Amino acid sequence: MLVTFLIIATFTFFLMQTLPGSPFNDERLSESQKEKLYERYGLDEPAPIQYVKYMANIFKGDLGVSFQYDGRPVSDIIGERIGASAVLGAQSLIIGCMVGIILGIIAAIRHNTAIDYAAMVIAVIGLSVPNFVFAGLLQYWVGVKLQWLPVAFWEGFEYSILPTISLSVFVIATIARFMRTEMLEVLGQDYIVTAKAKGLNQFAVVMRHGLRNAAIPIITILGPMTVSLLTGTLVIEKIFSVPGLGEQFVKSIMTNDFPVIMGVTLFYSILFIGVVLIVDILYGVIDPRIRLSGGTKQ
Amino acid sequence: MEKILEVKDLQVSFDTYAGEVKAVRGVSFHLNKGEILAIVGESGSGKSVTSKSLMKLIPNPPGRITGGEIIFKGDNLVNFTEKQMQKIRGSDISMIFQDPMTSLNPTMTVGNQIIESIIKHQKQSKHQAKDKAIKLLEMVGIPNPEKRLSSYPHQFSGGMRQRVVIAMAISCNPKVLIADEPTTALDVTIQAQILELLRNLQKRMETSIIFITHDLGVVANIADRVAVMYAGKIVEIGKVEEIFYNPQHPYTWGLLGAMPNLNEDSEELITIPGSPPNLLNPPNGDAFAERNQYAMKIDYQLEPPMFKVSETHFAATWLLHEKSPKIIPPDTLRKHRQVSAIEKQKDRLAKKREKLLEVKNLKQYFSSGSNVVKAVDGINFDIYKGETFGLVGESGCGKSTTGRTIIRLYEATDGEVLYNNVNIHDKRVSGDLQKLNQNIQMIFQDPYSSLNPRQTVADIIAEGMDIHGLASSKKERLGKVYELLETVGLNREHANRYPHEFSGGQRQRIGIARALAVDPEFIIADEPISALDVSIQAQVVNLMKKLQKEKGLTYLFIAHDLSMVKYISDRIGVMYKGKIVELAESEELYQNPLHAYTKSLLSAIPLPDPDTEKIRKRIKFDESLFWNGEGEEPILREVKEGHWVSCTEQDFQSIKKQFNAV
Repeated sequence: MLVTFLIIATFTFFLMQTLPGSPFNDERLSESQKEKLYERYGLDEPAPIQYVKYMANIFKGDLGVSFQYDGRPVSDIIGERIGASAVLGAQSLIIGCMVGIILGIIAAIRHNTAIDYAAMVIAVIGLSVPNFVFAGLLQYWVGVKLQWLPVAFWEGFEYSILPTISLSVFVIATIARFMRTEMLEVLGQDYIVTAKAKGLNQFAVVMRHGLRNAAIPIITILGPMTVSLLTGTLVIEKIFSVPGLGEQFVKSIMTNDFPVIMGVTLFYSILFIGVVLIVDILYGVIDPRIRLSGGTKQ
Repeated sequence: MEKILEVKDLQVSFDTYAGEVKAVRGVSFHLNKGEILAIVGESGSGKSVTSKSLMKLIPNPPGRITGGEIIFKGDNLVNFTEKQMQKIRGSDISMIFQDPMTSLNPTMTVGNQIIESIIKHQKQSKHQAKDKAIKLLEMVGIPNPEKRLSSYPHQFSGGMRQRVVIAMAISCNPKVLIADEPTTALDVTIQAQILELLRNLQKRMETSIIFITHDLGVVANIADRVAVMYAGKIVEIGKVEEIFYNPQHPYTWGLLGAMPNLNEDSEELITIPGSPPNLLNPPNGDAFAERNQYAMKIDYQLEPPMFKVSETHFAATWLLHEKSPKIIPPDTLRKHRQVSAIEKQKDRLAKKREKLLEVKNLKQYFSSGSNVVKAVDGINFDIYKGETFGLVGESGCGKSTTGRTIIRLYEATDGEVLYNNVNIHDKRVSGDLQKLNQNIQMIFQDPYSSLNPRQTVADIIAEGMDIHGLASSKKERLGKVYELLETVGLNREHANRYPHEFSGGQRQRIGIARALAVDPEFIIADEPISALDVSIQAQVVNLMKKLQKEKGLTYLFIAHDLSMVKYISDRIGVMYKGKIVELAESEELYQNPLHAYTKSLLSAIPLPDPDTEKIRKRIKFDESLFWNGEGEEPILREVKEGHWVSCTEQDFQSIKKQFNAV
C-alpha cells in the first residue's frame, strides 16, 4: 500500500513538472519579483532536488504551502474543505446504495413485469445522463420554480439535499442494475429452493438467503463507485457552490496552484486505497468462505 | 394400509418459446404410511418435476400445474394458496435435494439454517430450537454437534453437508420426505452411509419417503415400492420385488438390462435404442413405442391404460392386453450367460504379452502456497496392448490426474511414463510429442463442455486430422468424417450440425469419433459415461467394446462406477489418496479383494437386486488404518500371479500364508 502511494506521489509530481505554465505568469510582475517568488517557494531548484525535498516533507505530514493563498499550508486547506465534501459523498453513497438495492430487489422479484421494466429504464437514464444535467434540472425546478430548496451554498442540511440527489442518481442506477442481475441469479440457486421448501415466506427467503449472497459482487463495485463519486463531486460542488474539496481542486487547477493539486490528488489516492482495503475487509465479513480464520477445512 | 398422500392424474407443463412442454402427463400414485416409494426414470422423464409439484415448488412462470389432484390429509394441495403451502412446506412435507454442495446457503451457519424451520413451524424460542438442532445433528451422525452448529457449509465435506440437509428436512418431523436424487452427487461409500441413515431415520420417525433416483441399485437397496417413469408418465408401478423379478413393461426390461450385474458376466449390455421423445410434441399412443422392439401397431395409436398384474403391481403396456402375443422378456435380464471365469482369464492372459504403457513411480503434486496436494503419489502400473485397464476410486483419489499426467496435460513432478519403451516425460522427446498425441487420445467426462459449441461436428472431428496432416484433400477429410460418424453410430447428415443439437449420448459419440480420427492406439477415457443416463451409458460402453475389438485399441478407463468398470475392464487398479492400493484381474478383484479399502468400496455398491440388498452387510473402512507416514510404508506386492496389494512385509507374509492354506 505504501508502495502504491509512493508511485502515485512520484507520478503526480513529475506530471506537474511537465505541465506548461507557472503559477506566477502574471504580466504585471517584474522579472526580479518573479525570481523572488520562485526562490521563496523553492521553484528555482532543479526538479530532482525539489522532488527529494517534497517526498521528505510528505512523510513529515507537510504537503507544502499554497501559491494562491499566499503561503497557507495545503493540509490546512484540505482540512477546512473536507467537511462539506465528506458529508456530500457519504450521504450520496448511503442513499444511493439503499435505494439502489431496494430498487434492484424489487425488479428481480417482479422479474419481467412492468415494475421491472420501469426500474430498469430509470437505471439506464441514471447511467447515461451526466450528473451535471440532473444538477441543473433540479436547481431549476426544485430550487427556482418551486422554491422548495436552496440552489446553492452550504449553510445547513437543506443545502445538501439537491447536490446529494444529483450525485446519488449514478450510484442508484449502477447498484440497481447490479443488484437485479445478481439477485436473479441467486434466486435461481438451489439453496433458495431449499429455503422455500422449508416453508419460509418470500420476504424471508429474499432477505435472509438472497440478499447477502447477492451483495458479494456488489461490494466489488463499491471501490470504483467511490472514485466516480469523487470525480462527481468536482463538478457538482462547483455547480452548487459547495465549499468542498472538489471545488477547491478545480479552482487550483485553474490557477496552477501545484502544491494544492498535488496535495488533493494524494489525499484522494489515500482515500481510494482506504476504500479498497475496506472493501476487502467487507468481503470477509459477508462471505464466510473467504474469511481467513474460517479457512480450516475438516 | 393408510394412504398418506395420493396423486391423481397430475399434469405439469412448462411454457417455453417453442411452445408448451408437457413434462408430467397424468401421473397417479399413492404413498402409504411409513413406506419408501422410489420413482425411477432417466433425465427428462418428469420424476423431479413430479416431486417438486407435490410441494408446489415448480418455478411459476414458466411452470404450472395444469390438472390433477394432490390429496394430503384430505385436502387438495393443487388448490392451496402460497400462504397455505408455506405452512405445509418444511413441516408436513419436506425435501432433500440432489447436490449438497449447492443446496445449502453458503453465507449462513448450518445452525441458523436448521433452526429456521423449527422456529417458523413449531413456534419455539431460538434457544429451544438450538437444542433441537444439536439433537438433529447428532441424529444424522455429525460429530461435535454443538461446535459444528456455528460452522458454515464450506467447512463440511459433501457427505456431511448432505447429512446437514437431511437434518434440516427432518427438523419438524415431516409426514412425507421427498428425496430428489439425494446420493447421486456422492461417492459410493458416502452414498451407502446416507442410504443407511435415511433408512434408519425412516424407521425411527415413521416418515414416508418418496425417493427419486435413476440408479436401480439404490432402488433395490432402499425402496419398498417402485414407480418407473418415462416421458412424463408412470409406466410401471409395484413392489420392489415385483419390478425387479417380474417386470412387465419393455422399458423396465431395458433399464434392468442396461445395468451390468457385478455378480455375473455378460458379453454385451442390453441397450434401449434411440433416446427419449421430445415432450414439446409428445407422440401419440405409447411414448415408448419408438424405442420398443416389441411395439405393436396399437402402440403407435392409443395410449395403453394401466393393466393390473397383481394387487400391487400395475404396468402400462399393451403387451399385457389379453389379445396381444405373449412375449417373454429377454433372458439376459435374469439369466446372464455365464462365461466361466477361467476361460476368460485364459483369453486375457493370451492377450497380455506386450507392454504398451508403463507408468513408473509417477508423482503429481500441486502446490498452492505452502500447501502441497499430493494428487498422485508414486504409482506404478503397466498396460498391455489390446486390454482395458480400469482405474477406480472415489473423487479426489487422483485417478483423473493420473490420466491427464500420462498424456502430459500436466508436467509430472516425478516418475516416468514409458510408451512403447519411450519415456514420454523426457524433455528430449518433446519433438515426438506430436506423434505421441496422435497415438494417445482422450475422451472426456462431460460431453457438454468438451465440445466447442462454435464448431461444426465435422470440424471438431477433423481437427486432429488437420493438425497431424492426415487428410491430403478436402474430399478425403470429409470422407473420413463420414466414415467416423458411421463408425460411432451417427449419420452423415450430422457432420454440418453444431454440438448443441445433440443429446448427451450422441455428444459422447462425437467425442469418441474425435478421438478415433487420428487412428490412435491408446485411448484414455476419463469417466466417459458418468454424465449419461443408464440406457445411454450402455450404448456408449457397447460401442467402446465394439471399437476395441475392431481396431485393437487399448483403453485406460477411469471411472467411479465400479460395476461399469468391472464390466468393461480386463484389469483394474483401485486408487486411494493418490496411491494404487490394489491391482488385479477384474474377476479376481471382485471375487477376492484383499485390501481393506477395496473391500469397503465393493461392499458399498448397491446392486439392482432387492434380495441381496436386504441381506447385504457393508464393510466400513477405517481411514486411520491407512498408512499415515509412520512405520513401514506399505508398497504394492504381488501376492498371487497378477494380483498386487499395497501392504507391509508383515501383511504380505500373512496373506501369503492364507493363500497357501487354501
